[in-house]
Amino acid sequence: MNKNAFPGADDITRVVLENGITILCRTNFNSPSVVLRGYLPAGSLFDPEEKLGLADFTASALMRGSENRDFQAIYDTLESVGASFGFSAGMHTLGFGGRALTEDLPLLMGILAEGLRQPTFPDEHIEKLRAQQLTGLALRDQDTGDMAELIFDEILYAGHPYRHTGDGTPETIQAMTRDDLVEFHRSKFGPRGMVITIVGAIEAEEAIAKVEAMLGDWQNPAQPPKPTVPEMEPLVNRVRRDHKIEGKSQANLMLGFLGPKRLDDDYMAASLGNSILGRFGLMGRIGESVREKSGLAYYAYSSLSAGQGPGAWYVSAGVNPANMEKAIELISEELTLFIEKGVTGEELSDSRSNYIGSMPLSLESNGGVASALIRIERYDLGLDYYRHYPDLVSAVTREQILAVARKYIDLDRLAIATAGP
Amino acid sequence: MPDKFTKKTLSNGLTVMLKEIHTAPLISSWLWYRVGSRNEVPGKTGVSHWVEHMQFKGTPDFPSNVLDKAISREGGVWNAFTYLDFTTYYETMPADKIDLALRLEADRMANSLFDPEEVASERTVVISEREGNENSPMFKLSEATQAAAFRVHAYHHKVIGDMADLENMTRDDLYEHYKSYYAPNNAVMAVAGDFETEKMLERIKELFGEIPAAPSPRQQSRPEPEASGELRLTVEGRGETTFVQACYHFPAASDPDFFPLTVLDSLLAGASNLNMFGGGISNKTSRLYRALVETELTVGMSGGAQATIDPYLYNIVMVIPPERTPEEALTALDAEILRVQEEKVSEAEVSRAVKQARALFAYGSESITNQAFWMGYTEMFADYDWFLTYLDKLAAVTPEDVQRVAQKYLQKKSRVVGTYLPVNEEMPNE
Repeated sequence: MNKNAFPGADDITRVVLENGITILCRTNFNSPSVVLRGYLPAGSLFDPEEKLGLADFTASALMRGSENRDFQAIYDTLESVGASFGFSAGMHTLGFGGRALTEDLPLLMGILAEGLRQPTFPDEHIEKLRAQQLTGLALRDQDTGDMAELIFDEILYAGHPYRHTGDGTPETIQAMTRDDLVEFHRSKFGPRGMVITIVGAIEAEEAIAKVEAMLGDWQNPAQPPKPTVPEMEPLVNRVRRDHKIEGKSQANLMLGFLGPKRLDDDYMAASLGNSILGRFGLMGRIGESVREKSGLAYYAYSSLSAGQGPGAWYVSAGVNPANMEKAIELISEELTLFIEKGVTGEELSDSRSNYIGSMPLSLESNGGVASALIRIERYDLGLDYYRHYPDLVSAVTREQILAVARKYIDLDRLAIATAGP
Repeated sequence: MPDKFTKKTLSNGLTVMLKEIHTAPLISSWLWYRVGSRNEVPGKTGVSHWVEHMQFKGTPDFPSNVLDKAISREGGVWNAFTYLDFTTYYETMPADKIDLALRLEADRMANSLFDPEEVASERTVVISEREGNENSPMFKLSEATQAAAFRVHAYHHKVIGDMADLENMTRDDLYEHYKSYYAPNNAVMAVAGDFETEKMLERIKELFGEIPAAPSPRQQSRPEPEASGELRLTVEGRGETTFVQACYHFPAASDPDFFPLTVLDSLLAGASNLNMFGGGISNKTSRLYRALVETELTVGMSGGAQATIDPYLYNIVMVIPPERTPEEALTALDAEILRVQEEKVSEAEVSRAVKQARALFAYGSESITNQAFWMGYTEMFADYDWFLTYLDKLAAVTPEDVQRVAQKYLQKKSRVVGTYLPVNEEMPNE
């Protein structure tokens, strides 16, 4: 393989099985291991309001027992050979992933197929998982970062499914039954819309044959269509909530706005703009102002979270409670400057070359390539996306960044969440 | 993974480790200094970590905040870490851009400014970093257990340092530390990736060869005397969750007992992932998971040790659900430890631990950054041979060895048990 080659149509193998499973493979014999990753549309968007956390609870129970193996046997299969595998629920999809030495890929595939098709949801494990989840929620309640994020989403996505974390609440987790999990699995899991990527020291034909053997005959007539996500209107005015957690030394801040979807035309301009605003170098302009010049925080950066539904564009910081208002002021000043004056040619050129130059590193490992293949499939970007990527990045102009900044950033409609002492 | 590498020492004492890997157009360069919290004294705890921050604050040639941008502009990633025994700086870059990273590292080995205004501004940044750590109950608990486990040795304080010292240290304290420890004869340069060894070595000689060696930096440590009994302590704080941490004294990485103990750790708490990047594997079939989590005495359990210059700690952390007590979990832990002390483990369990380590090594070898990391990291506490022979040394471990080290190191009388107890009574005047 040419070491300079990014994944593309000539070295990614993509097939769709009759039952709707899409498989993407890319071979890499540099290391004797393989990564297996994928998803199916069974995420927490399906959670009923009174059973928040259902998709997550179900995902966590898939490897607690199958018709073939009990919990200890499942993990003995994996851990005995140094392999890892797990399921986790996201908003839109149930994700899965793991890795193994190539010789052990069949074991990994077996665990995947059993988890999807034959989970038994043993009662005793439901109770153990319940206790673990309740402890997780109790720890979350005490975590200033988690709570600032949770409250930010509640403000920004008021009335929208994205306002939920997917973890559920103590009440819903307490009330969850085995029947709820069995029913969620029966009615939501199926091969349609499922994606599997396999990257590593294996030929594509061999990998595809293995998937076909394990999952090719899987059917579920009950499987619903992919859920749709409602649109979201920006806030009509500034909303702020401060959440008190006693006994902490630091307070966390999240503030921001709605942002573009991944497939919106202005996504790439927003992404480069965000890099300049709060990432490039040591956290961009915001890091420069809040950390480097003022010494107010260990970290302060901005993020763009763009997926299938309405995205979020936000700033996060951890600050001493006494400096909170000053930090908000400094960040607001940077946002104002950003929407009034935009970015300089030099800044844009720096972030462009960062994006293009860092591609070999992000696509170096099997895991990095698997993530890229998943992105290609999830957003239908085309198999040659990473070959075109430098052109897409280079095409972004200062005017486009200014336009996308003015479209989304409005200080009068700011969502602000803080959590701390 | 390819094991061919070159190790040279320049006339000024700089150790250079080079490994060609031509799988991707990348080069990763790591500069390691033999200085960390192990070299710190009370009054100056946290100085190594703060100096690491100041290394991003400029030299005459690379002013503050220019260097991070310069690396990022070329598509590189960079970071720095300070730990018990070392401070390290790395850059992974497109292969044709690595010269920038080499020039930068050579420059800041000797020419950092430590401008007083930058020191003042970074003081509050480091304090903020510590305050963020303090938000975590496990940070508070492990700070207390570490301090109890080491009365004499400098491993007794956290790398971030004590708040009193962060508030009081001066610019000159930082600069003196920098001048004492940042020198070629106290450093290892490890580079892996898409280059030709001869050319890379020449370039490193050009850039680093003229930097003068420093008088031998202070490396002696004060050995911790043998513990004379179990220590127990309690940390109280807000929250709803109880944590228990049991710490046993563990030998140095260069001690032959380190390897049977690594196998023992795999059996008890699951295989530890030694790679700097990339996750490990689960521990649900480990003996302690079965004895603690499967029985619902705890809702979580983890354990592991570090490779260090001087003897450090083997830590086991247990998360206790509201309906259980720390004592019940400790009793179950002790029963499992007694079992490995009294009954020999099977050959199969030992070979399982070896296979786990082999798989984790294979995952780590995918990353050029990780490969350069290993060359320098192992030089900090042993040498690269430690890494190259690691799997063989694990494979040579016998069930008798595992039983012997379990008896020798996992003794109640030399451990510290710390408990984080949530207390939530209403405070007066609140």
